[in-house]
Amino acid sequence: MSALYLLIIASLLVALGFLGAFIWSVRKGHYDDDYTPSVRILLDDSEKP
Amino acid sequence: MTMSILTAPEAISDTRQACYHCGEECRDDVLHADDHDFCCDGCLTVYSVLKESDLCQYYAIEGAQGISPDPAFYKGKYDHLDQPEVHDKMIEFTDGHLTTVYWYLPKMHCSSCIWLLEHLYRLNPAVRSSVVNFPEKKVRITFDAPALRLSELAALLTRIGYEPYLSMDDLSGKKAGKWNRTRLYKIGIAGFAFGNIMMLSFPEYFHLGQNTSDQNLRTLFGILNLVLSLPVLFYCAADFYKSAWSALKGRYLNIDAPIALALSCVFLISIYQLATQTGPGYLDSFAGAVFFMLVGRYFQDKTYAGVSFDRDYKSYFPIAISILNDGIEARKPITDLQKGDRMLVRNEELIPADAVLQSAVAMVDYSFVSGESQPVERRKGDTIYAGGKQKGAAIELEVLREVSQSYLTQLWNNEAFTREKDDANKSLAARINRYFSLIVLGIAAVTFAFWFFINQNPETAFLAFTTTLLVACPCALLLSSTFTNGNLLSVFSRNRFYPKNAHSIERLARTDAVVFDKTGTITLPDDAEIDFTGEPSTRDELVMIKTLVGQSSHPLSRLIAKHLADVPASRRVLTGFSEISGKGMAAQWGARMVKVGSAGWVGAISKEESAGQSSRVYVAIDEVVKGYFTIRSKYRPELPETLSALRQAGIRTYLLSGDRPTDRDLLVPLFGENALLLFNQKPEQKLDFVRELQREGRHVLMVGDGLNDAGALRQSDVGLAVSDDINNFSPSCDAIVEGNQLSLLPGYIALARSGQRIIRQSFAISLIYNILGLSFAITGHLSPVIAAILMPVSSITIVAFTTLASNAAARRYLKKLTKVIKRT
Repeated sequence: MSALYLLIIASLLVALGFLGAFIWSVRKGHYDDDYTPSVRILLDDSEKP
Repeated sequence: MTMSILTAPEAISDTRQACYHCGEECRDDVLHADDHDFCCDGCLTVYSVLKESDLCQYYAIEGAQGISPDPAFYKGKYDHLDQPEVHDKMIEFTDGHLTTVYWYLPKMHCSSCIWLLEHLYRLNPAVRSSVVNFPEKKVRITFDAPALRLSELAALLTRIGYEPYLSMDDLSGKKAGKWNRTRLYKIGIAGFAFGNIMMLSFPEYFHLGQNTSDQNLRTLFGILNLVLSLPVLFYCAADFYKSAWSALKGRYLNIDAPIALALSCVFLISIYQLATQTGPGYLDSFAGAVFFMLVGRYFQDKTYAGVSFDRDYKSYFPIAISILNDGIEARKPITDLQKGDRMLVRNEELIPADAVLQSAVAMVDYSFVSGESQPVERRKGDTIYAGGKQKGAAIELEVLREVSQSYLTQLWNNEAFTREKDDANKSLAARINRYFSLIVLGIAAVTFAFWFFINQNPETAFLAFTTTLLVACPCALLLSSTFTNGNLLSVFSRNRFYPKNAHSIERLARTDAVVFDKTGTITLPDDAEIDFTGEPSTRDELVMIKTLVGQSSHPLSRLIAKHLADVPASRRVLTGFSEISGKGMAAQWGARMVKVGSAGWVGAISKEESAGQSSRVYVAIDEVVKGYFTIRSKYRPELPETLSALRQAGIRTYLLSGDRPTDRDLLVPLFGENALLLFNQKPEQKLDFVRELQREGRHVLMVGDGLNDAGALRQSDVGLAVSDDINNFSPSCDAIVEGNQLSLLPGYIALARSGQRIIRQSFAISLIYNILGLSFAITGHLSPVIAAILMPVSSITIVAFTTLASNAAARRYLKKLTKVIKRT
């Protein structure tokens, strides 16, 4: 059963990683604007630079 | 670029053309360029600016509708932005070279705006990047500070139609709160803890690992669960404790108090069970309850970005005003205005401080302060109070009192205008909760007594006591009101009605009297009903009249010009134009003499022109009076249906106007025979009227638009501000509605009422779960697995029910009414 200890620690670390990723994305402002990016991706880039 | 601009009448056909840039009908002149039509110089300028920078792709984006730039813009308008003390407050960040601003551009309205604003670097290479936040209507621009001054950046935006909204509020250093992010952190952490605790509790749910060799593993799981629940208790649930504590200090019981009590009990019993190894505790239910409640509150309190409910006079005032120093114009922040300063106020600009007029005449529009729809004339030496807008040529004024001492500021700071509404203990959930908490505590106490004293079993007594609190936790009650109100808020905002918060919806549901303001609320702000009485004019004569009134900036002239939109104007043969303020104007049209103005000016005998009636403008050609234009405020076309729908719903309607009783005869049938219509009301009188209605026990909804209604909006149970542009200034209020949606008011009220019904129904559903859970809890048999199943299942049922029911109600009340109004 000792494998379980390792597995639980591993699974918690993975979950913590995702929590960290979520907090990082909120901190970076990913959730500040949930509309504009959806429009921006549909706008064509201009033909000339 | 070749461009031919034709303004001669013969180039114009009778069919109306839409402007290529802004999409509006070309009402005055029509300008041509590159096979496109434009309605004004402003639109044409934007087009040529875009064309020079090769940005015409803008027009190809679906739904593209350009903005006509502000005609009142002049060079030097933003010079004050370069003054160091103003400059530092307007920017977000600078390293001396790269500078970032985060500006609010209220004119932003469609996806092509995003495209254009994010291509600013093509218009000026000093702009490094610009990123739009559309819901907030803000843009973050990074630019090279030495190459582009702040004032030039503001001018660049104004030139393409997106005038930045820079107000005194920005100067006082208000920064957008980060509470939204904090909430997301809390939800994320609670969700993380909830999921992991559930996973670690699985062996307990299925009674796995009962033999003694797994005891270590069981202990480890318990410790891990405890560790995971600590941040939930101390960070995620902190708001519930804070709110409960502040309510207790204020000696009342709010909805958070029993929640805080239940959460504490559940946490303590779990620690006790883990410590004595008598059970696994209920930490999964604990974390889950916090998670669901946080999600519910997030949806309920999600604010509308870009809509502000608590703007005060400061955001209405400009930052700076032009000052004349020995004839040299300079911009000065209005907070620095001193007695004796000479201000220069241009057309459509606001007079920020009480001042004495130095120019010969001024036309001041006080509609915002007093509700009076007609601009008033002031002569040299008159005192002009702050809050008026100049209409017409620029005027000079000498400051009499500083901004903070001025009439408008004093009015605003009046005690009655700053009353806060008391929401504590008034909401439906709070009222139900008062009984609910007592009953639950009663049941818990009886259960405890039963096990402790009769069965002599203290252990089961504590267990039954805490689990009773756990299953009967008012979470379900809280969820039903937060999710119903949260969903209603988003339904309302989709229909362009913006209640401030859930409390506003609950008060809206209780409304039984509606008080309307007149000017700007039930009348259309920029339109008027104009009739011509007299000899029918020939087309030539109409062209003359249109051309003549087109020369004047008098508000009545502008309205007549707009009324004659079909008629082209021609300046070719117009000579000897003269305008006498307060009288009228005259000019030669070829060989003919045209006069437009008051009865005395054109030589007409005014018969029944009694004071207080609608305005008239007389026309004479070659000294022969042709007739007169009657100008009356135009009412919103759906007004009769709206009023009758309100009365059918058993709601009384009243009218309070700061204006003269011009249209009493017209309005009486609309409001009903025995309705109260009051005119010439001062702001204080409006407030008293609302207070009087409330004293009679009525729940008053006040509909208003300007500062003159601000006191009444505050005093009323629901203050509804009408605004044709929700991003513009609106007085402090509980809800904002777009002008053309005001006709849906009966539907909004009906929907708010059905929202209250849905809360009661979903509460009934949660009671069923509660009784089920209680029957386990009282007998002391509530196992963690039953708690773990009951809690999320009841939450999900309630969330699903409230969402479906409120969406169905929205379809029933709003769609139907929209159809009825469209048909009529």
